[in-house]
Amino acid sequence: MMQPINEVKVEFISKSSNESFARIVAAAFVSQLDPTVEELTDVKTAVSEAVTNAIIHGYENSSGYVRMQCKLYTDSVEIEIEDDGKGIEDIELARQPLYTSKPELERSGMGFTVMESFMDKVDVYSEPGKGTKVVMFKTFKSLSELK
Amino acid sequence: MHIKFSNRGTTLIIRINGELDHHTAEYVRQKIDSEILKSTTRNIVFDFSELSFMDSSGIGVIIGRYKNIRKLNGKAAVVNINDQIMRILNMSGILKIIPVYKSLDEAVSAVQE
Repeated sequence: MMQPINEVKVEFISKSSNESFARIVAAAFVSQLDPTVEELTDVKTAVSEAVTNAIIHGYENSSGYVRMQCKLYTDSVEIEIEDDGKGIEDIELARQPLYTSKPELERSGMGFTVMESFMDKVDVYSEPGKGTKVVMFKTFKSLSELK
Repeated sequence: MHIKFSNRGTTLIIRINGELDHHTAEYVRQKIDSEILKSTTRNIVFDFSELSFMDSSGIGVIIGRYKNIRKLNGKAAVVNINDQIMRILNMSGILKIIPVYKSLDEAVSAVQE
């Protein structure tokens, strides 16, 4: 893998008000590359989904830390969202559209599907009791086409 | 986050100003549910012209309100959505039961048919 040209790490507690904080930080950082407004919205949406999952499912609304790491490359970004929460038993099942482990919460079960659709690549690493790490990658076509 | 309600006949028009995510969803849900209870509402139209951001939490909010309105034999519709929100709604499949219209007038007359 090539070397990133810039990198940021933030850590915040699992409060739902930090969902907007996380996506604004990610978008502000990525905007250094000057992608399109649509591409920035894609990143914001994917980050919002991953952080919401960490808070609702990872920590089940108890308190813990969520870590976000963004690495910028010349025309792309890699974003890692990690929690030390309860982890996912069956990752494949969790990624299925419309699947939700908490049907009582009026959740749509579309979180991972949205991440996959708005980013180019989404990898999920998780172990029950040890937490979850979501790694997302996106190339900004508006920039790669300039080359 | 701010929600404006207006009524046209038996239709409640819901205009959400701000961002709809997991954090704001609970507030939005409660506001809409109590508004549906206190008025003569049968149908609802979501006007997203002032919604600046929505993630999949919004789908849950829309489907939940749709289920409530179905109990009153009402209909639901959506107007003024941007491309990003359209993609999320499309993915979830809810557009099969909750149609999108180009204008508020069109949406209101469709749900009151």
